[in-house]
Amino acid sequence: MFDSQVINMLLEGIRDTLYMTIFSTVIAYIFGLPLGICLKVTSKDGLKPNKIIYGILDVFCNIVRSIPFLILLILLIPFTRFVVGKSYGSTATIVPLVVCAAPYIARMVESSLNEVDPGVIEAAKSMGASNLDIVFHVMLVEARTSLIVGATITTGNILGYSAMSGTVGGGGLGDIAVRYGYYRWQTDIMIITVILLIILFQIIQNVGMKIAGNLDRRK
Amino acid sequence: MSEIVVKDLCKTFNQNTDTVDALKNINLTIETGDIYGIIGMSGAGKSTLVRCFNFLEKPTSGEVWIGNKNLSALSEKELRAERSEIAMIFQSFNLLMQKNVIDNVCFPLRLQKISKADARKRAKELLEIVGLSEKEKAYPAQLSGGQRQRVAIARALANKPRILLCDEATSALDPQTTASILELLRDINKKLGITIVVITHQMSVVSEICNKVAIIEKGEVVENGLVEDVFNHPKSSAARELILRGDNEKTGGIVETINAERKIRIVFTENSSYEPVIANMVLKFQTAVNILRADTRNVGGVAKGEMILGLPEDTTLQENIISYLRERGLEIEEVTGDV
Repeated sequence: MFDSQVINMLLEGIRDTLYMTIFSTVIAYIFGLPLGICLKVTSKDGLKPNKIIYGILDVFCNIVRSIPFLILLILLIPFTRFVVGKSYGSTATIVPLVVCAAPYIARMVESSLNEVDPGVIEAAKSMGASNLDIVFHVMLVEARTSLIVGATITTGNILGYSAMSGTVGGGGLGDIAVRYGYYRWQTDIMIITVILLIILFQIIQNVGMKIAGNLDRRK
Repeated sequence: MSEIVVKDLCKTFNQNTDTVDALKNINLTIETGDIYGIIGMSGAGKSTLVRCFNFLEKPTSGEVWIGNKNLSALSEKELRAERSEIAMIFQSFNLLMQKNVIDNVCFPLRLQKISKADARKRAKELLEIVGLSEKEKAYPAQLSGGQRQRVAIARALANKPRILLCDEATSALDPQTTASILELLRDINKKLGITIVVITHQMSVVSEICNKVAIIEKGEVVENGLVEDVFNHPKSSAARELILRGDNEKTGGIVETINAERKIRIVFTENSSYEPVIANMVLKFQTAVNILRADTRNVGGVAKGEMILGLPEDTTLQENIISYLRERGLEIEEVTGDV
């Protein structure tokens, strides 16, 4: 049905999409995970309540999350150019994806950590655990199922956003869908890319949930 | 030697604009080797009090001495070190649900930077003590409530504490399991010489294992002393209520509707149990008394009979009955209101 050129293009699209999604998720977690831990620790019922730090982080997360991704993508062009040297292509897309996802991840992490039984934290304190011990050996361990579920949802979102960046020349399957489907009226290629995105999404979702389920010892 | 000394302890909570006095001027001394019961209704402040013993709650004023250390004088780091000497178990067990039994027991040891191999070895010994050796690979979710509390006890004992605080440790357990956990606690107290503080709302728990008791009501200690003394002569209304009403689950509620005019509570000590005192009394005075309640309990390992009698209306006859019973060496006490 398609010639090898189109197939190669689609394969490259898959590769670029996965590249963007995976790298963005990992880098976003490098920022988002500590941010989420800070939110939890400094919150009113946290290990070290601090109204000022919590207030600043809280507002920062809300501001970034309230900017629509497409606008963020454009707003960040100068910053993206500063970080990776150009403002288009798969690598450049990682920058706005990370900026967009990190506060979202922070919130997911915060809510996962909120699920940890306060009684278990109290028990750890009664054994003489320090706050660092509690974060790393109690909270992150007890919340791991919820954290992995959160990571799965986040990865799915980033996959969706990476496709959106196709509108500004971001690369990957989204880019192909926009170029062929929207500008050239080649509906068949657009549908194929959409199906490929659905399949990728399903794989991420299923693998993530499976890992989370296998690691859960509460049942 | 005094293990825990509490001096003029007060704790106030600020809730928005309100301040709540959770604890008012508490003074207590707990000796080494005691099994000390702290009993009160829910909301009396007993859980807050026990958290002041390891400074999970910092008192608003007053002092807590553990051995020869004043907890308020310790730095955060010294306090953490001291806490490893004061273990605690909880009503909801508070085990790490994502770690198996042996890793739960190893947890406090690993916090103290003990090597993995040594921690495992010690954990195995502890699981032996609590009788759960064959469950070391199981996860808490796969255990019953009693087994979970045993794991929690093993974990609490890991760092060889001098003191074990039990916060309603048996309240979530059925009577049989409660009995076996209490037996384990008594064993630990005897064999390892650990001072135990038991927080509870059940008089049966106190009479089962404690040698001393403090009764706490609305943030104040209203009565304390040897369990036997408090049980025989409860002075405060809170103590009376706990002793008389305490075991609702066992007696299925107490006769509140029967309103004999004058009621007395009799406690039978060991000697008096041989003579059929009540029967003799009825024969002697040729009058009926109404038995409102009768029970036998284990107080500190001694069987104690307890009975509440409704006396006949004639006041001289009442006095005669009371003095007759006193002469037979029974502990007598008037009970007022609905029992």
